[in-house]
Amino acid sequence: MMFFMQDSDKEMAAQTAEEAERTVEEIRETAEAARQAADNLDASADALNGQIGALQALTDTAHVNEFIYLFAIFILAIFVGYYVVWSVTAALHTPLMSVTNAISSVVIVGALIAVGAEVADTAAGGWSMALGVIAVALASVNIFGGFMVTQRMLAMYKKKEKPAPKAQG
Amino acid sequence: MNNNLTAILYIAAGILFIMALRGLSSPETSRRGNQFGMIGMALAVAATLFSARFLEGAEWTSWIWIVLAIAAGAIPGALIAKKVPMTSMPQLVAFFHALVGLAAVLIAWSAFLAPVAYGIGEPGAIKVQSIIEMAIGVAIGAITFSGSLIAFAKLDGRMSGKPIILPARHIINIALGAVALLLIILLCTGVQSAFLFFLLTIVAFALGFLLIVPIGGADMPVVVSMLNSYSGWAAAGIGFTLENMALIITGALVGSSGAILSYIMCKGMNRSFISVILGGFGGEDSGPAGGDGGEERPVKQGSPDDAAFIMKNAGKVIIVPGYGMAVAQAQHSLREMCDMLKEEGVDVKYAIHPVAGRMPGHMNVLLAEASVPYDEVFELEDINSEFSTADVAFVIGANDVTNPAAKTDKSSPIYGMPILDVENSGTVLFVKRGMSSGYAGVQNELFFRDNTMMLFGDAKKMCEDIIKAME
Repeated sequence: MMFFMQDSDKEMAAQTAEEAERTVEEIRETAEAARQAADNLDASADALNGQIGALQALTDTAHVNEFIYLFAIFILAIFVGYYVVWSVTAALHTPLMSVTNAISSVVIVGALIAVGAEVADTAAGGWSMALGVIAVALASVNIFGGFMVTQRMLAMYKKKEKPAPKAQG
Repeated sequence: MNNNLTAILYIAAGILFIMALRGLSSPETSRRGNQFGMIGMALAVAATLFSARFLEGAEWTSWIWIVLAIAAGAIPGALIAKKVPMTSMPQLVAFFHALVGLAAVLIAWSAFLAPVAYGIGEPGAIKVQSIIEMAIGVAIGAITFSGSLIAFAKLDGRMSGKPIILPARHIINIALGAVALLLIILLCTGVQSAFLFFLLTIVAFALGFLLIVPIGGADMPVVVSMLNSYSGWAAAGIGFTLENMALIITGALVGSSGAILSYIMCKGMNRSFISVILGGFGGEDSGPAGGDGGEERPVKQGSPDDAAFIMKNAGKVIIVPGYGMAVAQAQHSLREMCDMLKEEGVDVKYAIHPVAGRMPGHMNVLLAEASVPYDEVFELEDINSEFSTADVAFVIGANDVTNPAAKTDKSSPIYGMPILDVENSGTVLFVKRGMSSGYAGVQNELFFRDNTMMLFGDAKKMCEDIIKAME
C-alpha cells in the first residue's frame, strides 16, 4: 500500500514537475516573443528615424530656408534703392519723399488678406478682419493722396518756355 | 489664380516701383515714373485680390468691406492731395508717414490674431520666425506712427517747434528700447500672449513720441526723412511675415531712400545723425523777434528803388531763396520780378541750399509752383563758384545758409555747414523783416559788410515794390 502510494505520489510529482516545466517553457516563449516584438519595434523605429534623418539631410542640402531667399531679395533691393535714389536729382527730393510714401502703402496687401480671411467667424478672426478694414482705409488715403500729390507737384516742374528775348546775353 | 503667378505679379510691381524712383532722375521722366508707380500699386492690389489664398477665404461681404474701405480712404486722400498748399508739403508727408506706420501696426495685429489667414501657424503657436518679423514690424510701425504725429504737429505749428527736453530722456529711451527688446524675446521663447504683443505696441508708441519730442524745428528735415526711412523698414518687416516680395522690395527701396535723404540733410547742416537724434537743437522758426541785444552796429539800409536800380543794371543776378520767402508767400512776386529783370537782359539764376525749406527739395517745389523754370534753379555745388561772377546776390528769406561764420568761426554752432558764398558777389541784397538772427540763433556778419544792402520789410511786399520801381 505504501509502495503503491509512493508510486502514485512519484507519478504525481513527476506530472507536476512536467507541468511546471511546460509553463516555464511557455512563459519563456512568450517573453522571447515579446522581446522579439520589442526588438522589431526598435528596429523599425530606428529605420524610421534613419529615414527621417535622411529626409532632413536631403531637404537641408537641396533647399535653403525660404527666409534666406527673401532676405537676399531684401538686401539686393536695398542696393538697388541706394543707387537709384542717389541718381534722383536734388530738385525732386520732395516728390521723391511723397512717392516713396505712396509706394510704401503697398502694405495694403497685408490688410486685404486680413479682410479676405476665412476665420472671420471666431472672435479673434473678427478683430483681425476689422483691423484689416481700417488698415485698408488708412493705406488708401496714402495711396491716392500720395500719388496724386506727387503728380500735382511734378506737373509744376517746367522747362524754360520760349527763353525770354535775349535772356542769355 | 496660381500662387506662382501671384508671386510673379508681386515682383513686377516691385520692378515698377523701382522704375518710379528711377524716373525721378530728371523732371522730364518723372511724370511717367509716377505713372509706373500707380500701375505697380494697382498690380499689387489686383494680384492680392485674385490670389488663390484670397479667393478661397473671401466671401461677398469681404468684397463689400474692401470697396467701402478703399473708398473711405481714397476720397479724403484725393481731396487732401488737391487742396494742400505746397508750403504744407512737409507736414502732409509727415502725416502720411503716420498713416503707413499705423497701417503696419494694424496689419501686424491682424496677423497675430488670425495667423491661419497668413499661413504662419495657429493662434498662440505662430512660427518663431514670423513672430520675430511681426514684432519688429509692429515696433517700427508704432515708432513711425507716433513719431510722425509729433513731427506733423511741430511742422504744422500745432505744437511749438522748440525742443522739449525731458530730464534723463536718454535713459528713459534706452530703458524703453531694452523693454521692447525683452518683450520680443519673451514673445519668441515663451507664451505668445496678446498682452505681451500689446505691451510691445505701447512701448514702441511711447518710444516714437519720446524720440521726436526733443528734436527742434531746425532739424525737422532730417526727422521727416528719417521717418520716411522707418516707414519703409516697417513695410519690409510686414513683407517678411507675409513672405511677399512686393512689400520686401518696396520696404528696402523706401528704407534706403529715406536713409540717403537723412544723410544729405545732415550733411547740409553739418550735423551728425546721432546728434540730431539726441535732439535739443534749434528753436522756433524765424526766431524770437528780439533777442539780439548787444552792440548796435550800423547797417546799410536800402529802398526798393535802390534795389531795382542795382539789379536792372546788373549783368547777372543770383537769387537765394529761403523758407522765409515761402512763409511770406513771396515766390510768385519774386518770379515776376525776375521775369522783368530777364526782359532787361539780366541773367537770372536761383541758388538752393540743401536745407532751404522744411524738407529735402522743398524750395524747388515752391519755385516750380511759382512757374520758375527748373533749369534756372541750381544746387549749392553747381552754383557756388558763380557768385564771384555775379553782380548781385538777392537773398530773400534766408540767413544762416549764407553766414560766412560757418567757414571762419570755429565757435559758431553752424561751423562747418556748407554755405552759399553770396559774399563773393558784387552786391548782396538781403530782404529781411528785421535784424533777428536765423534758426541757429547766430548773428550774420554779412549784414554789416560794405557791399551789403539791407531791404527791410515783408518779402512779398518788397518784391512788389521793386517791380513797381522797375516799371
